[in-house]
Amino acid sequence: MNAIKKLGMLVLLMAVPAMAIASGAGVHLDTAPVNLKDQASLQRGAKLFTSRCLACHSASYMRYNRLTDIGMSEEQIKKELEMPEDVKIGSTMQAAMDSNSAKLAYGVAPPDLSVIARSRSPDWLYTYMRSFYVDISKTSGWNNTVFPSVGMPFVLADLQGEQALESEQHEGHDVKKLILKTPGSMQPAEYDAAVGDLTNYLVFMSEPSKLVRQQIGWIVLAFLSVLLMLVYALKKEIWKDIH
Amino acid sequence: MMNLLKNLLAWVDERFPLTSTWKAHASEYYAPKNFNFWYFFGGLALLVLVIQIVSGIFLTMNYKPDALFAFASVEYIMRDVQLGWILRNIHSTGASMFFIVIYLHMFRGLMYGSYRKPRELLWIIGMIIYLALMGEAFMGYLLPWGQMSFWGAQVIVNLFSSVPFVGQDLAILIRGDFVVSDITLNRFFALHVVAIPLILVLIIVAHLVALHEVGSNNPDGIEIKKNKGPDGHPVDGIPFFPYMVVKDAVAAVAFLIVFVSVVFFAPDMGGYFLEYNNFVPANPMKTPEHIAPVWYFTPYYAILRAVPPLFGSQFPGVVAMGVATVIFFALPWLDRGQVKSIRYRGPIYKAFLASFVVSFVGLGYLGLMPATELYTWISRVLAVVYFAFFFLMPWYTKIDKCKPEPDRVTSK
Repeated sequence: MNAIKKLGMLVLLMAVPAMAIASGAGVHLDTAPVNLKDQASLQRGAKLFTSRCLACHSASYMRYNRLTDIGMSEEQIKKELEMPEDVKIGSTMQAAMDSNSAKLAYGVAPPDLSVIARSRSPDWLYTYMRSFYVDISKTSGWNNTVFPSVGMPFVLADLQGEQALESEQHEGHDVKKLILKTPGSMQPAEYDAAVGDLTNYLVFMSEPSKLVRQQIGWIVLAFLSVLLMLVYALKKEIWKDIH
Repeated sequence: MMNLLKNLLAWVDERFPLTSTWKAHASEYYAPKNFNFWYFFGGLALLVLVIQIVSGIFLTMNYKPDALFAFASVEYIMRDVQLGWILRNIHSTGASMFFIVIYLHMFRGLMYGSYRKPRELLWIIGMIIYLALMGEAFMGYLLPWGQMSFWGAQVIVNLFSSVPFVGQDLAILIRGDFVVSDITLNRFFALHVVAIPLILVLIIVAHLVALHEVGSNNPDGIEIKKNKGPDGHPVDGIPFFPYMVVKDAVAAVAFLIVFVSVVFFAPDMGGYFLEYNNFVPANPMKTPEHIAPVWYFTPYYAILRAVPPLFGSQFPGVVAMGVATVIFFALPWLDRGQVKSIRYRGPIYKAFLASFVVSFVGLGYLGLMPATELYTWISRVLAVVYFAFFFLMPWYTKIDKCKPEPDRVTSK
């Protein structure tokens, strides 16, 4: 009984942070389809990342050859990601544009994206890249519902097409909705999947050890469980004459 | 062979108190046999200390205490150093685990009156360890040089500048600069890896020496030394070695299972062990919208914010926060109860202790949240509850109706 009470208290102590997470306010975020076991998705995400994002953003803690972790050979990395000739396979990912000119062009230096999925949540990234809309009041011509007045122009517009933010009457409330005005080269579902791949890749890139972390964790837990049984048996044996 | 070892031991014993120390502190140190769940946390704190020192040594080999390279060197450890990610996750998890274990260890002291005579000094040394640990954690948190590292340090150091007259100079003395900078990072690194760990180890040894001098308290709060058998040993005591060692070993392995579960499956712990915003490099030009210290400081942070400023100065809040931390030192003299353990205390003490726990956890939660008007008012109420536990203690422990203590320890 006493043990149950104590357990209850511990659970209560643990529940407090959980409640804090649940109460996070802000815009609605869609759930990102993150699956680090899906190597094909990670590879598609890597291609999209190097061809689109790396023009302005760097990933200066990420080495190209780390992509061997997601099943790409060094040959594939060089060819499929169209690595510049003078860049070595062990180099980190640098932006094509230097950050000073980028700052002049967009007002802010594009942030390094190595650990972006750890500072922003995957859901945030997934929703953000699908929430750009045309806004002529902005210098870039673009705005974003997740990141208002964002400095970045929408570089995936040719894929998704152009969205507009429109008001709709919904049960007497004004609800703002993103409407696809001009279609892009991808169907909406296709585009969502592509952004899902990109998000998946960003999650991998933010913590490459995540691929093996849990596997090693299970081995360590198995070892400790056996050890626990042995140590407990030893304790029982030594304590048997104590009453 | 056995003879050789025996002779060697005799040779050492003539020159160093090896056997006598082993007897005094292990094989013939008698601990109460009715230790329960709550008595594991002292030993576990020692285990976490060792984990932190060992993982810390290896991190130091790869970390660069330089404002230009600190953030990158942590990512270098996470990516390029062999198994560096395990070391880093162990160390960051260990920091939070240290406080969980220490808070439970302190709560045990509150429940069973472990601070009461003759253990006042033991308690005071323990409180010094707690303060040193807070300093250690605070300085260590600056080292990853993320946004929360930087702005958290900025906010906390600025508190010192609200001290009348000497405040500004004091803050500059701590930072070594007018703002948190590379200089601050370097000195915090030195203090974090050399100065405070040295002090910690020394006072932890003192804590153990004091403990073994007076002997452990137990869940019944009665002195086992008062009841000795014909052999001169406490009837209700059992030798620390092997009994307590093997019992603590079970707890240690169980604890490690929890520990590695965090390390391998949830090193961020939903943003509480590793704050999300700390994955953005420190930027002195960009203040984050919401600055919250790490969870283990938030009860005090909530008290700080709950106190209204006086003549535009935050100083009263800083004083309240300081008092909330050091008031524990006075516990041995605030408590006037006839019994030590909660098992034999009356309902009043139990109610006060329960409301104290609620206020501590509640303030901890509110300290993580943005300070809205409603939250600030709840914080004020909880802060009053927090202080009432201490300031009213001489009164309520005296009038509380206690049950009689048993002569011998009981096992529940």
